[in-house]
Amino acid sequence: MDPGPVREKLRSFIVATLVRDASYPLRDDEPIITSGLIDSFALAELAVFVEREWHVYVPDPDLTVERMNTLDQIVARVLQG
Amino acid sequence: MLDLLDADAAVEGSRAIVYVKPGAGDSETVSKGALREAADQYARALWSAGVRQRDVVVIAHPEGLEAVFTFLGALRLGARPSMFPAPSEKLDPAAYRASTQLMARHSGARLVVASDAFLPVLAEVVGCPVVGFSHLSSDHGRAVPAVAAAADDIAFLQHSSGTTGLQKGVALSHRAVLNQVASYSDALQLAQDDVVVSWLPLYHDMGLIAGFLLPLLQGLPLVLMSPFDWVKRPALLLHAIHEHGGTLCWLPNFAYSHCARRVLDREIEGLSLAGVRAFINCSEPVLDSSQRAFLERFGPIGVKPQQLGASYAMAENVFAVTQTPMGRPPRLDHVDRASLTHRARAEPMLESGPTAGVYVSCGPPIPGVQLRIERGLEERRVGEIQVSSDCMLSGYHGRPDLDAGLFDEGWYRTGDLGYCADGELYVVGRKKDLIIAAGKNLHPHDLEGVVNSVAGVHPGRAVAFGVADEAEGTELVAIVAEVETEDPESRRAIGRAIRQALLEQLGLSAAYVHLVGPKWLLKTSSGKLARAKNREKWLAERGG
Repeated sequence: MDPGPVREKLRSFIVATLVRDASYPLRDDEPIITSGLIDSFALAELAVFVEREWHVYVPDPDLTVERMNTLDQIVARVLQG
Repeated sequence: MLDLLDADAAVEGSRAIVYVKPGAGDSETVSKGALREAADQYARALWSAGVRQRDVVVIAHPEGLEAVFTFLGALRLGARPSMFPAPSEKLDPAAYRASTQLMARHSGARLVVASDAFLPVLAEVVGCPVVGFSHLSSDHGRAVPAVAAAADDIAFLQHSSGTTGLQKGVALSHRAVLNQVASYSDALQLAQDDVVVSWLPLYHDMGLIAGFLLPLLQGLPLVLMSPFDWVKRPALLLHAIHEHGGTLCWLPNFAYSHCARRVLDREIEGLSLAGVRAFINCSEPVLDSSQRAFLERFGPIGVKPQQLGASYAMAENVFAVTQTPMGRPPRLDHVDRASLTHRARAEPMLESGPTAGVYVSCGPPIPGVQLRIERGLEERRVGEIQVSSDCMLSGYHGRPDLDAGLFDEGWYRTGDLGYCADGELYVVGRKKDLIIAAGKNLHPHDLEGVVNSVAGVHPGRAVAFGVADEAEGTELVAIVAEVETEDPESRRAIGRAIRQALLEQLGLSAAYVHLVGPKWLLKTSSGKLARAKNREKWLAERGG
């Protein structure tokens, strides 16, 4: 998997679908759940997106606020496979 | 109330509660005998901690079996437990200072019980003693005197969230609770082979009554899980139903959409939901579209229309006011929306009519409960739903001043709007401006209070309202706040601060936070912010 496109696909998914604001300037290290930008329902949505897009299943121990709070973290998890 | 629990001594070893966790094979089973022992032990520990009959015991951040044991232990002492709505989602406890202060100020608690992580913060802001679950579970105090509760004694309190909710603890008597359990069991045709599966938070009336006390008091197995675990992984509920033979499951409308959209095929391979008697939709407006999405997604694993049910319920009536008959899907009523809006009348109209809308029935009242619209309007006339029953609240805890406005000629005024047709209730609206997001009642006043306190927001110039989202099957929260700065970077910072404050103080994530300049917000003629008008303006600007 190529990190570049993965990051960009995730970024646009997060701002368009989860934040509901396509123009939101999401920083790579910005905490998105603990800041109240998105809620934990969004974690479920993210898990589905990641599975459908890259066939990567995020198991329960990894699907947590601590481990999926920033774009950097999410990208890293997806690249892990 | 606990007499029912004690009377069920015949089958000590059978399962009372199964607590399910994510990840295979990870669940904790508590037998009926063990549950009784735990209730006794927690009662002894609470007594040692100074709790006596009629004391209020607040269970903060109620999750897991310890909260259940504490609740039952308090009941044993004739004390009044209350599961408090917790904003937490395993976020930093220190961030919840403001909400815990609120809780402390309004609860009149003798003791607050919480998980260990929250003790330091709570101890600082709460006036009464604070104790951890771990302390209660390890304290083997001496035996406590038996307490004989009278039927009209208050059994426990129910609070909803926010300043408004925290100030209005619904006080429920033993008599009311037992009447509800008996009547609702009747309406549900509850039988000994029923198994209730629930992810619902215990501070929510649906979670506390349908998803906890009802099965427990009727001696039926109860399967529980953490709401936080379910939200992230909705398939957890379906697995639990399959694995433990679940037959009854209560869900707010959004949960139907959430499950339909966020369960992967691989997660439901080999599962069957055919054994479920009813999925009961309750706590927020029931949408036909959400139920259809659920049916479509899970039809292949055994979900059928006759498994879908609905109920209209509220803490003030302990829980259920109405319930659709078992074994058939809720009736759908196709009406003319224009007539509803302009003439307060639900005129039947063909589905294909230009202004046709569909409402899902919540069914007839359960035994012991009567309904009327306003002071007895005829069928299909829309007005305030009023309830009279043998399971009503005794009052709001510590708020006798509120008693006068509660009843009209002895009928409880729900503040919800609806109509009756062919003996069934259809709910069409709710208390003025109330937002119901993901099954939770949110008072705009509470949200606006939080937003107004954020630096950069012009105090007093913020509105909060709900935005219906069909895909999510619920309302999303929108905030429009006036700020002076026009600088984009400063505005973004204020936006972040607003979201952070709402999360920390009310545990919610606002879907839309819109910052505007001084001339945007509309006012009423008396100079107050016109919430509904601003909502319309915002929707119009978005093209919605």
